[in-house]
Amino acid sequence: MNDEIRRQFPFFQQPNHGRELAYLDSAASAQKPQVVLDALERLYARDYANIHRGVYELSARATRAHEGARKTVARFLGARNSSEIIFVRGATEAINLLANTIGRQRLGYGDEILITHMEHHANIVPWQMLCEQTGATLRVTEINDQGELDLDSYAALLGPRTRIVSATHVSNALGTINPLGEMIRLAHERDALFVVDGAQAVPHLPVDVRELDCDFYVFSGHKLYGPTGIGVLYGKQELLAEMPPYQGGGDMIASVTFAQTTYAEPPARFEAGTPDIAGAVGLAAAIDFVEGIGFDAIQAHDAELLAYGTKRLLEIPNLRLVGTAREKVAVLSFVTDIHPHDLATVLDKQGVAVRAGHHCAQPLMERFGVAATTRASLCVFNNKADLDALADGLLEARRIFHP
Amino acid sequence: MNDLEELYQELILDHGRNPRNHRALEDCNRAECTKADGANPLCGDRLTVYLKLSDGRVDDLSFVGSGCAIFTASASMMTESLRGKTEEEAKALLGAFLHTLTDESGSPPPEELGKLAALTGVREFPMRVKCASLAWRTVEAAFGNNANTASTE
Repeated sequence: MNDEIRRQFPFFQQPNHGRELAYLDSAASAQKPQVVLDALERLYARDYANIHRGVYELSARATRAHEGARKTVARFLGARNSSEIIFVRGATEAINLLANTIGRQRLGYGDEILITHMEHHANIVPWQMLCEQTGATLRVTEINDQGELDLDSYAALLGPRTRIVSATHVSNALGTINPLGEMIRLAHERDALFVVDGAQAVPHLPVDVRELDCDFYVFSGHKLYGPTGIGVLYGKQELLAEMPPYQGGGDMIASVTFAQTTYAEPPARFEAGTPDIAGAVGLAAAIDFVEGIGFDAIQAHDAELLAYGTKRLLEIPNLRLVGTAREKVAVLSFVTDIHPHDLATVLDKQGVAVRAGHHCAQPLMERFGVAATTRASLCVFNNKADLDALADGLLEARRIFHP
Repeated sequence: MNDLEELYQELILDHGRNPRNHRALEDCNRAECTKADGANPLCGDRLTVYLKLSDGRVDDLSFVGSGCAIFTASASMMTESLRGKTEEEAKALLGAFLHTLTDESGSPPPEELGKLAALTGVREFPMRVKCASLAWRTVEAAFGNNANTASTE
């Protein structure tokens, strides 16, 4: 199955240091399959015009493509209605949108926002900014040494002043899958809103927002084999309907006079200006691609690579895995007695692309007592040969640094 | 030598493993002693450089901090090569070194760099130039007595 999938990514047709590049950085951004490139080309070559305004047939076609993409995303997430899908630039913008709309609306002095110790900076900084503006307090749920969320800590921190809980579905630096069902149930018992950062989850796990019962779910297209610059905010219809606009401009209004403007209903209310039409269409093609493979196959492949990669890495002397949760996706974060940046340079020269650094999760790095880790993140196009190349590269690094 | 061997030659690996002058200067609050902090926000490397001048010369120079082999070796070699130099000599060497790191002409490193030339292998690794330059940017801030914070961003 895997070779057939890999062949759909033109990226791997270019030789790199004498072999196909072992691209192990999909948690940062994934390569794109041909079907996504084709969808972008088809839109720009044949179906392109601005949307929602032209009376002419071409504009109607572009609008259909764009709104069709919204339906695809709604189906992908299990949303009730495609009007619950807001197109944004990415997960980061989605969280900023929430902080600036419902966050400002709902939070006051002394209220609390609860996050976790494993959040990406994108799910920390917007809430910190909101706290500065409102006088609310940011609380942080602890995690254990395996990188799993401490549900007792979480339950204890959920209080009468907790207005918003925002947690990642899957940790970008550790791969941990969080027990969202239980977390959301507890938050709702306290009448807190629940925001899920799904950026790392959607490429690996089936997501059903109605089953989760989260209030908001956000993700980025580019980690799901889609284009950069497009992302999704899902929100429950009744919540979106009450929220004030995020940005003002064209396309988000019902009527405008100099005295007063009334705003459009969601999703248009949150999509001022000409959107990333091609991005949405490309994202829909990426979702079709992922659904064509199917999450049963994706999860089986993920589990196989995770087990094999873990085994190969543990053969390397003085290597410690950072993030060993029982429930995790195929992310292998580790430290050795060689600095991650030196490792990444040596690996790069051998055709292995990994991420070295703090993974935009500095508080998490501090929790594990490291400044940085090396991270190999895998997805549908990776194979065991990529992991062998990683292990060989790590041994070569040892030959250089510890001859 | 291939690029990788050029980058990680023995001199660099030695300074990376056993950095020289890797210590804080005690009592560095007097006029002749300054310290400065440096950070590479993208990778999280950070250090503090301690600079003690005496009669217009670098009397002592040390650093505290940890990072990759290139960063550590560069800081270590810097402390050795600037010690004993006048402020003008030190600034001239600093300027020449930083210029060489980003020089894209492909010309060989100038002779005045001496063994620091070993660090110029990073020119083949653009993403790593910041690792080699951080300590030098920080000592530049220490000389400047200004905000005392250097950043490679």
